[in-house]
Amino acid sequence: MNPRTFETWRGKALDDVLYECRELFEDMSFPTVRRWRESGGKVLGHFQVYFPEEIAHAAGMLPFKVRGATIEAVQADSRFGSYLCSILKTSLELALSKRVEFDMFVTHPICDAARNLGAIWGRNFPYPCQILYLPQNANSPAAVTYLRNEYARLLRDVEKIAGRRVNEDDLRRSVAVYNRNRALLRELYAIKRDTPWLVSADEAYVLTAIGGLMPRQEHNEILAAVLPQLATRPNKKQDKIRLVFEGGFCEQPPLDLIRAIARSCYVVDDDLLIGLRWILEDVPLDGDPLFHLASAYLEKSSYSPVQHDLRKPKEKMLIERIRNSRADAAILTAAKMCEPGLEEQVAYLHALDKEGIPYFISEFEEKMTTFDHMEIQLETFVENILFS
Amino acid sequence: MSHQEAAGIVGRGNREGAELFRRWFSELDHTAEQGGLSAYVFVMGSMCEVLRTFSLPVVFPEINSLQTAVRRVAHEYLNQAEDYGFSPDICGYVKADIAVQLRGGEHPMGRIPKPALAVLTNACNTYIKWAEIWERMYQIPIFTLDVPGTRAAGTQTWAGDADFENDRRYVQAQLTELIALCERVTGIKFDIDRLREVMGHANEMSRGWKQVLEFNKSRPSLFNALTDGTIYLGVTNGFRGSPDGGRYFTKLVEEMAYKAANSIGTLTEEKYRLTFIGVPCYPIFRRFNELFTEWGGTFVHSTYLWFASGGANLGFEYDLARPLESLAEGVLISVRDAMDSMFYPEHALLEMIDSFHLDGVVYHPIKSCRTTSTGMADNRRALMAARDVPSLFIESDMMDRRVVSEAQMKNRIDAFFEGLASRRRQGAAAR
Repeated sequence: MNPRTFETWRGKALDDVLYECRELFEDMSFPTVRRWRESGGKVLGHFQVYFPEEIAHAAGMLPFKVRGATIEAVQADSRFGSYLCSILKTSLELALSKRVEFDMFVTHPICDAARNLGAIWGRNFPYPCQILYLPQNANSPAAVTYLRNEYARLLRDVEKIAGRRVNEDDLRRSVAVYNRNRALLRELYAIKRDTPWLVSADEAYVLTAIGGLMPRQEHNEILAAVLPQLATRPNKKQDKIRLVFEGGFCEQPPLDLIRAIARSCYVVDDDLLIGLRWILEDVPLDGDPLFHLASAYLEKSSYSPVQHDLRKPKEKMLIERIRNSRADAAILTAAKMCEPGLEEQVAYLHALDKEGIPYFISEFEEKMTTFDHMEIQLETFVENILFS
Repeated sequence: MSHQEAAGIVGRGNREGAELFRRWFSELDHTAEQGGLSAYVFVMGSMCEVLRTFSLPVVFPEINSLQTAVRRVAHEYLNQAEDYGFSPDICGYVKADIAVQLRGGEHPMGRIPKPALAVLTNACNTYIKWAEIWERMYQIPIFTLDVPGTRAAGTQTWAGDADFENDRRYVQAQLTELIALCERVTGIKFDIDRLREVMGHANEMSRGWKQVLEFNKSRPSLFNALTDGTIYLGVTNGFRGSPDGGRYFTKLVEEMAYKAANSIGTLTEEKYRLTFIGVPCYPIFRRFNELFTEWGGTFVHSTYLWFASGGANLGFEYDLARPLESLAEGVLISVRDAMDSMFYPEHALLEMIDSFHLDGVVYHPIKSCRTTSTGMADNRRALMAARDVPSLFIESDMMDRRVVSEAQMKNRIDAFFEGLASRRRQGAAAR
């Protein structure tokens, strides 16, 4: 069984395909997941950021990236206190309101708030809810074996829900699908970086985000069809500054905020939805797939404020991201009440000061609806750079 | 026991605890003045067992920070850290410590030495972000001892289980790496017999701490988990693995046994027995407790006594015949329990309602700490669904007086006690 979940884009021109993708992204009834379930498929919800989707995919489940939503937390609000980020509440609301129904839920100790989700979810739903303990001591030589075995433990739990055994060849097939997806997303980001006038920040964002809503082989088909058309778009280069957007690793800014930024800047790289593209290179298809996946987390993954690795100081990695994308400046943002993001902002701003790289600081919330004030401030920031 | 001896034993734990505390800070001050080395550690998995083997003085920045709140100067420190760039929405403990560092170690209890290394666990993610700040400030080695926790409620594994052994091997390998790091930092060669000695003192402490907590099932309760308990916690952390720490708890058990035998409680009249979920309100510490004791309410237990002792409440005793393996097992089980008491407290609470004769449960989520606070509202719903037990939910902070509203808190607490009184009257009438 391999149901198609998203078909309306087929046979359409580029702008219409992008429109269909945006419609899907903004549809809070999650039609792709519903179609998957209607055809008998099971769904594994995994909270931001790092999750080896290949394991769920190999078992025939749909891995669904739980990343909050632009909805009111009507039922979820009473399950939380006041001083918390929005993504926790809207993620739980998705499940409580049955907008998305899961068969299993996995969270990670990425932050003090998110690690509580396993217990909260477990108290509210009858299906298995757990924490995947990714290594926080990435520098220990023992971490890779530990993680390989932790993935094996997760796989055993997934098999029970999926109702089928998963062998190494199943895993390799899934790794191959995801390797292809990673390559396509790298290509999309290369277009953003090298010819940002061909794809706006919001278009690239939507094209990435829909990957968390459907089987990756379907996402691969869309990207494979769209990317060559983007590259040949007749758009003209504009006089905009090149920016890196940093702060979108977990809670997501509203699409309109990204669109507002794109009006005055080229976003040439970012950490938006890094959880859908965190493995930076291909995962080998030979040998032990679980070991390779574990090794990929430790050796080939993107940095973020919620990954601790002494070899990857975050401010150094940000400066590399800025340099590699030939950006003129950075937007340093954090979701409201996001402790790791707010803490990292301090390190970032001191490092960028030292390097003489201009930056724009802000906070956002997924349910923001007005951006006028931010947009005026950003335009002033851009003008200061353009005319200095 | 003579009357004079009895007078000496009652309250001894508080007196001697305070004395040990002053001595500890005085020694840290001396170390700072001499430019000596120290290890920065945290209450959940301090790894004092290893660090004391290398004679490294331990600094607990969490304790330093809460002391600024108790001494009512936290706001000065918080403001300084916020001026440096840290958001008002970041943990107050972190910010107060940043200000201590920016002030060259200046603290109300003396000067805090600079770190030579920092050792942390993953029991709190903020530990990791915090240590990264020291790494940037001082270019010191930081060591994250990664301790995998319980994957889902009620699924803890134990020695012999394949999943447990995977976790234990990982922890043990890291302990070996930590020892090598301590050798490099101190220039002292690791002595396994010295480790055994330190672990022996930790065993005495864990054994005593478990007994002390059990003693408070007595009616009336023998100590207030919020106020007296915080003193005991100071000793469990600052003196873990030391002869003084072990001895202190042996004597504290003796004190509790005496008080239990003679029905000596903490209040003249104990009307309501409560448990406390979370971290205390340090900016108004004394007053906060009075808001309950004025109604005859006393805290007979708290989850704070579990997680802030790093899970020492379990009373895990190391097998000194196989020190490293046993240390890995003990750290894994204890730190895991500390995390469980924050994420899944309802399981233990349900049992405690009867064994500790609880009249109510007080939840205190705080702005600063998402680890302890995120799940509290949902936990309360689950507890109320499982048992008919009154509960109170009051939000404030452990450091930041800007989010502590005493008047509002008093209203809520008064209403809670009025409800308890009414419930008791109705219960009596029904009988």
